[in-house]
Amino acid sequence: MSEDVYIIGAGETKFGELWERSLRELAVEAGLKAVENAGVYSKDIQVLYGSNSLAGTINAQNDIGSLIADFSGIASNHIPAIRIEASSASGAAAVREAYLAIKSGEYDCVMVGAVEKMTDLYGPEMLDHVSTLLDREWEAFFGATPAAMAALTARKYMHDFNVEKENIMAIPISDHRNASMNPDAHFRNKLTMETAMGATMISEPLNMMDCAPMSDGAAALVIASGSFMKRNRLNGVRILSSGISQDFLALHSRNSIYTMDSTVLAARQAMEKAGLKHKDMSFLEIHDSYSIYGITAIEDLGFAKKGKAAEVIQSGIDINSALPINPSGGLKAKGYPIGAAGVSQFVEAVLQLTEKAGQRQIKDARYGMMHSIAGTGSTSLVHIVGGE
Amino acid sequence: MGKLSSVWREADHRYRLVAHKCGNCGRVYFPPRDICPVCHRDSIGKMTEQELAGTGSIVSYTVVHDAPMAFSRQKPYIIALIELDEGPVITGQIVDSDPSEVDFGKRVHSVFRRIREDGKGGIIEYGYKFVVD
Ligand SMILES: [Zn+2]
Repeated sequence: MSEDVYIIGAGETKFGELWERSLRELAVEAGLKAVENAGVYSKDIQVLYGSNSLAGTINAQNDIGSLIADFSGIASNHIPAIRIEASSASGAAAVREAYLAIKSGEYDCVMVGAVEKMTDLYGPEMLDHVSTLLDREWEAFFGATPAAMAALTARKYMHDFNVEKENIMAIPISDHRNASMNPDAHFRNKLTMETAMGATMISEPLNMMDCAPMSDGAAALVIASGSFMKRNRLNGVRILSSGISQDFLALHSRNSIYTMDSTVLAARQAMEKAGLKHKDMSFLEIHDSYSIYGITAIEDLGFAKKGKAAEVIQSGIDINSALPINPSGGLKAKGYPIGAAGVSQFVEAVLQLTEKAGQRQIKDARYGMMHSIAGTGSTSLVHIVGGE
Repeated sequence: MGKLSSVWREADHRYRLVAHKCGNCGRVYFPPRDICPVCHRDSIGKMTEQELAGTGSIVSYTVVHDAPMAFSRQKPYIIALIELDEGPVITGQIVDSDPSEVDFGKRVHSVFRRIREDGKGGIIEYGYKFVVD
């Protein structure tokens, strides 16, 4: 029997344009918060998985695992400290590696430290770096950006399913409402449909309010085996299952431009392994780097038939509804530090499942589903947390 | 970003739309692939070059307003997914066309154009774009 896996500590920085904070400072702050929250000591950490997507190009810094371990003061512990990279799914991928490391029986207590420092660059120069999430030679080379690829999906989706732009914009509006109750969020302002629809165009039909911001931020987790947790009389939130699936790198090579097969398969794996049904989920944290990806996620995760996500949204996705989506504020409003976003979803899950989410607390939260994608969906991860 | 070696390495593919055809199943791949994702090892050594006609139709399209550095002088520009008549779907720009003509299913053909300029005095890279028929 493999070990059960628990998140025993979680911490994050505020997300936003944090001009005065460096990559390493952010990582260390989140890490220390997670360790303190867990009630363990740094000597208990047996391995560190650093998660980051773009520091190699934005900050000219690689080897993020060593950087985090070093400035967290644990270099002389000589534990393994390596970076896990899967573009915008890096965070969830690092959590999965931690989960597997404990499941395998090799380790008892693992740290996941995720960080992205994006505001060291800005504007068009930044777009060159963010476009490395695509296929450089056959997408980005021709002037495609991540927003342009999402826009291709949005336009075809709206056409084929006769969906209005307002139905898609409902996701960012809901995100902003939830983020207004999250002190760590990049944006705390509520968004009206009128303001959202009138925002600066980015890539038609997507405007600035359809696109998650470039945020600085870090998030960290301490993940441990059930036996470590009990031995040290600690508490935790269980990671019930982890699903992952991969697809063609470029959107043009895939079966569909508005169904992410990788998300469909990852969700199926996670649900089967957890032995749960969709109606058991108390909340979802979905990867809405672009509003349309929030729509397709609702469908591909199995909560609506293709083309019908708007019906789910109409029946309610706020924190008091039957299916709260992105109680944290999501990527759009909590923020999108690319390599840290996936880990910060788990920070929210821990808050919700331990009834510490304050104003945005979901009543009787029992199970949460976390969804992350790389780029336009070349890799998807789905995790289910909660239960006993 | 772009280095000279990567410019000439892909020249045939980008200048003349040279695809790879699987000798095992007959599927055509663009961008070219050394291994057929359907036939796997049965395709090894059987991928042959085939020049595409450059004709196809629009699957989806967008007008890009927020552009990377190498494209800032071109914006706004149209990026589209084009389904080529030989089968592959590819990503590229649509140029020299009345925007009201750009729509789902519209027929297009390829043209050879300047794609990107990497900074002042940097290298200029060429390749295919598409024009509405
Ligand atoms: Zn084949």
